[in-house]
Parts: sequence; C-alpha cells; structure tokens
Amino acid sequence: MAKFKMHILVCGGTGCTASKSQEIADRLKSNLLDKGLENEVQVILTGCFGFCEKGPIVKIMPDNTFYTEVKPEDAQEIIEEHIIKGRKVTRLLYTDPDKKEHVADAKHMGFYKKQLRIALRNCGFIDPENIGEYIACDGYAAVAKCLTEMTPEQVINEIKLSGLRGRGGGGFPTGMKWEIASKNHADQKYVVCNADEGDPGAFMDRSILEGDPHSIIEAMTINGYAIGATKGLVYIRAEYPLAIHRLQVAIAQAREYGVLGNNLFGTDFSFDIELRYGAGAFVCGEETALIHSMEGKRGEPTFKPPFPAQSGYLQKPTNVNNVETYANIPIIILKGANWFNKIGTEKSKGTKVFALAGQINNVGLIEVPMGITLREVIYEIGGGIKGGRQFKAVQTGGPSGGCLTEKHLDTPIDYDNLIAAGSMMGSGGMVVMDETSCMVAIAKFYLEFTCEESCGKCSPCRIGNKRMLEILDKITKGNGTMEDLENLKNLAGVIKDTALCGLGQTSPNPILSTLTNFWDEYVEHVQDKKCRAGACKSLMQYVIDPNVCVGCTACARNCPVNAIQGEKKTPHTINLELCIKCGTCIEKCKFNAISIQ
Amino acid sequence: MAQIKSLKDLESLKNSVQEIIDTRVKGNKDGLVQIKVAMGTCGIAAGAKSIYNYFLEQVDAKKLDVVVYQTDCMGRCSEEPMVEVAFPDQEPVIYGNVDKAKVDEILDKLGK
Repeated sequence: MAKFKMHILVCGGTGCTASKSQEIADRLKSNLLDKGLENEVQVILTGCFGFCEKGPIVKIMPDNTFYTEVKPEDAQEIIEEHIIKGRKVTRLLYTDPDKKEHVADAKHMGFYKKQLRIALRNCGFIDPENIGEYIACDGYAAVAKCLTEMTPEQVINEIKLSGLRGRGGGGFPTGMKWEIASKNHADQKYVVCNADEGDPGAFMDRSILEGDPHSIIEAMTINGYAIGATKGLVYIRAEYPLAIHRLQVAIAQAREYGVLGNNLFGTDFSFDIELRYGAGAFVCGEETALIHSMEGKRGEPTFKPPFPAQSGYLQKPTNVNNVETYANIPIIILKGANWFNKIGTEKSKGTKVFALAGQINNVGLIEVPMGITLREVIYEIGGGIKGGRQFKAVQTGGPSGGCLTEKHLDTPIDYDNLIAAGSMMGSGGMVVMDETSCMVAIAKFYLEFTCEESCGKCSPCRIGNKRMLEILDKITKGNGTMEDLENLKNLAGVIKDTALCGLGQTSPNPILSTLTNFWDEYVEHVQDKKCRAGACKSLMQYVIDPNVCVGCTACARNCPVNAIQGEKKTPHTINLELCIKCGTCIEKCKFNAISIQ
Repeated sequence: MAQIKSLKDLESLKNSVQEIIDTRVKGNKDGLVQIKVAMGTCGIAAGAKSIYNYFLEQVDAKKLDVVVYQTDCMGRCSEEPMVEVAFPDQEPVIYGNVDKAKVDEILDKLGK
C-alpha cells in the first residue's frame, strides 16, 4: 500500500466528539473520496490534543497546521484549499490573543510551549483503535524488554530509581508499592488499574484511556511481571463509554497480536486483563472501597493496614495504580529511570497532567514538568483570566484539595509544596477562580459533593460533614454567627483526624483552606450579611435606582409577592423584607433601573 | 494476523508499520530539511504534482531526514514548478523550473 502523503488528525476525545468531530472526520473522508484522494490522504481520529477551549481540533501533517473550532461544514474547504491547493484556511487558525496574529503550528502557541507531554505522548498523535500505530511508536517494546532482558527485581528497581509517585493523588512511591506486593507470596496476585476518576471536572485519566489505551495494557503487564501477577483488572467508571469502548478494542487487538494472553514474547509469563465497571460512587476511587466493589460488596473502605499490596482483591496481594501512573511506566522502561528522574523537582519526578478549568482563557488538558510555577500555568499556558478579571484563587485536588491564592502563585508545583500550602496535588483538577467566585459558596459546593458521596460507614464523615454543610448553608443564607465559624473550624479539624478513609480525611480541606486564606470573606458573610462576589443569592439586595425609574409600574404589577410600592410615574421601591429575589422585576423593567447589590 | 511470539517478531512488525506514522513523526521533528513544493493552480498545471510525488518517493527510498510539504503559489508563475528548500536556521533557497533531474540533483546535494 502506498504511503499516505498527508495525514489529517481529528481530535476524537469526548469533548470534541460532543462537538461533532466524528462528523468532521466523516465529511473529510467523503470529500477526499469525491476528489479521488482517499489513497493519498489519511484521516484518523486521535485522542485529546488538550486544547479543549478551542475544539474541535484538526491537525494536518506533515506541515503541522493546527486548526481550531472546526465545524463539519468546514471539511470541504479544508480539502479544497489546504489539501489540494496548499493554502491554509486562515480563519480556522488559532489567533494569539496578545499579538493578535495567527499561529499556524502548535509548537509556537503559548498553550503548548511550556508543556512536556510524556503521559500524553501518543494522545493526539496516533489512532487509539489501531495497535499497529502504537507499535510503530515503540509500543510493547518496553514489556518485551522487561520479559526478555530484565528480572522482576530489575524492573522494580528501575521504577524505584525513576522516583515515580502515584498520580491518583496519594503520591506514594510506585516502585515501593510494587516491591511490597512482590515480596508477599500467594498462589495468585492481582494488578488493578484505578480508572474511576471521581473528581468533578477531572478528565486526565479519561483522555489517556481514550487516546492511548495500549499504554495502560502494556504498563499493567509490566506491573504483573514485576510482582508475579497473571491477572489484571481495570476498574473504570461506567460514565466513560468512549474510554470503555477504546479499551475493549485495545484489549481485543492485544490478544489478537499475542501481547496479552499466554507465554508472552516466548517466555513462560502469561497475563490477561478484564474490565470492571464502577457505578458512579466517588468513594470507589479509594483503593479498598474499589476492591470491595470489585468483589461484589458495597463500596466501603476498610482499615489500612493491611494495605492492598499485602492483602487486597480476594485477600491476595494486589497493586492498585492510577491510569496516569501507568501511562508513565513504558517510557520509563524504554528511556530509563535516569532520563525520567532528571525531570521535575527533588522529591517529585516527572510531569503531571492537569485538567485546567474555571475562569481561565485556555480551558483544557495540560501536562507540565513538576516544578513549574502556578503563575506560568495560569498566565502563560492558561492564557490568563477570562475577561481580563482579577485572579482570586485556584483550587487544586478537587474536593480533597484546598485553595491557593495570589501569594502562592510563584510556588513550584509538586506534591510537598502543595501540601505545605494547605492543598494537595490530587488527581490533577485545577479550577481557577476570579473575583466573581464566592469562596464560601465554593467550599459549600465541594462539601455538598463529599456529603452526597460519603459511604456512611464512619461517624466523623457521615455526621460531621453533614453538620459542616448545615453551618455553611446557614452562612450563605445570611444566618451565620461567629460561633458557627469557630465550630466549623473545630469540626473540620476533628473530621480530618478521625475519618476512616481519604474521602472523610480530606473533605474538610476546602473549608480549612478557605477559612485560612479568606477569613475576611467568611466574617463579611456572618457579620455584614454581605457576599462581595455577588454569588450568595440570599445575601443580595434588589434595589431600584430612583434616578432611573420612571414609575411605569411594570415591576410592581408582576411581583409575585407584592413587594414593590410606588405611585404611577414616581420612582418605586422594593420592600426587602418581602422580596424573594426571584428576579421577575429585573426581567420586566425596560429601563434597567433595578440592580442586585 | 500472525501473533507476536518474540522480541524479534515485535521488531520486524514495528519496521513494517513504521511508515504509517512516519509523516507525523517528521511533521513534529525539529531540525529537518524542509522542502516545499508550490501547488497553486499554476504549479499544478505545470506538473508540480508529479514533482511532489517524485520527491516523496525519493525521500522514502533514500531514507532522507527531509519533510516534504505542498504549499500555495509562490508568485513566480512563469517558473513553475517551484520548490523551496530550507535548511534549519538558514535562509531558504527557491528553485524554479524544477523537473525530475533537478529533484535528483537537489536530493544528491542534500547528503553533502
């Protein structure tokens, strides 16, 4: 088969798929067919490119042209102008917001310049449903090397030397975890991939599974060899249908090609993988709850020790690792631990994938070396705050993390620095907030989530979190007292110390960090009954400007609780005690005389 | 599909599939010699397409570290087919009236 001269890579991640990228790919193919170019130009659906704000993304190779916000209707123009005539479709190119000029290739974009894609190395580059493309990128060479040239101990030592730490949030040294499992003897051991990814807004693991599922299969096989496990399980949340599909295709292809199954690479090591589906419980991202869920029991955590590496699935030694942790394994084996441990900081080696979200210009998926500062991530990669507003805080670690403020902007990002700053790395969610975000409401939002997700087994989490939520609710409704704030702080501390598992132990983090960094805002809510961000509806007052109001009576006539008084043609007033803040008056006012303060 | 039963099997499979992604690998690599063939309407009318195809064939056959693109009309329509050759960090050179013999000459000189 003649080689394709040009490749059109269309992003097939969930985000772009929801914006019709599959249709874009189909239309590109049919246009190529019409022009008789189907054997010269290849169209493939790849994994996530990361620049989700500007999706759907279409990349043309080899000229490295990066098209953004592409629609299915653009397919014809791309084929006719770019593919046939070599003329780039300039209106689809990314425009640099500072220089106001088009940037044709990703290498020169602010979003990509400081990124280092290791875990995401193949996402946006290969067709995840084609094992041939993975193999062309050195796929399965790492596991072949382990099985034919290294002993299990050597594999473990290499991972230990690399300094890789768990990317699910715990940050436990991966090599050490594997060593513990290898030293525990049993007739059957297990390797489990934690693909539950429960943090709201996080999609690092989803993107890796959608874009490069074979890297996980390969890494799990390496893990199996290192510890002596012949069975692998992937616990993946059912809410990820595309990732599940890609993984199923990949597993089937791996078996077909003989890289999963019996006697791999002619050795006597056999390994196979099955999928297990999560049913939407955040707590099942915690490894013991996950294991119990797989055993068919209710997803509740149990005491550690014993750790899963000693006694896990079906009470056998089990390694549970996060998707992103696994994504790093094949390349560490191929390029060596000493290549990996040169990246990052002293105690946090390698890179981290973050899901950048919130009030930021470049929302999407990024991968950066450990040690990069928050300022670089937010202002250079993230493109700064939307609408030119002021940065207020950034939440890292999702519902288990805390808020970092302006004074932390120059902190190098790594596991230990984030903990010292009152937050944590977590699985990689990074939500940026500006002056329109109310920190009390944010704390309440995360606590509502953890309350909902609490399994209920231990009192500190089941009852304590509920009580904290009630206090926060009081405060946001304007009924809080200073005593409430004291109680909140004490309760948070107690829950942190006494909860059974990570969910309960970290659920007070958003509250503790906002209390520390935004104490004034809490006091304002309690003493002045004021919400400076304008987010807590109950604290807002609807006011008619007497200089603008012409007395048309439209608001008064429509107010469902008759809270507005005034004579015709004279300025009206709203009785704040009756006002239910429904907003009808604002809707009906044709003179913009009513505002929320 | 024959199963992979050894490291050798994997390596030979990799060699046979390498070219699937070669175009993408080259597109991402820095420091390659870039050859741009003008494919505006004038270029195509003058036979640029067969020059472009010949470049690709020869680059593959000789396994050169070169990436070949097509680009728009370069302006000097009377000298089509036009080809621009750019070494990394150097001013590009444009060749006019390029035919297969000239392609061979350009690629020969690249090796030196």
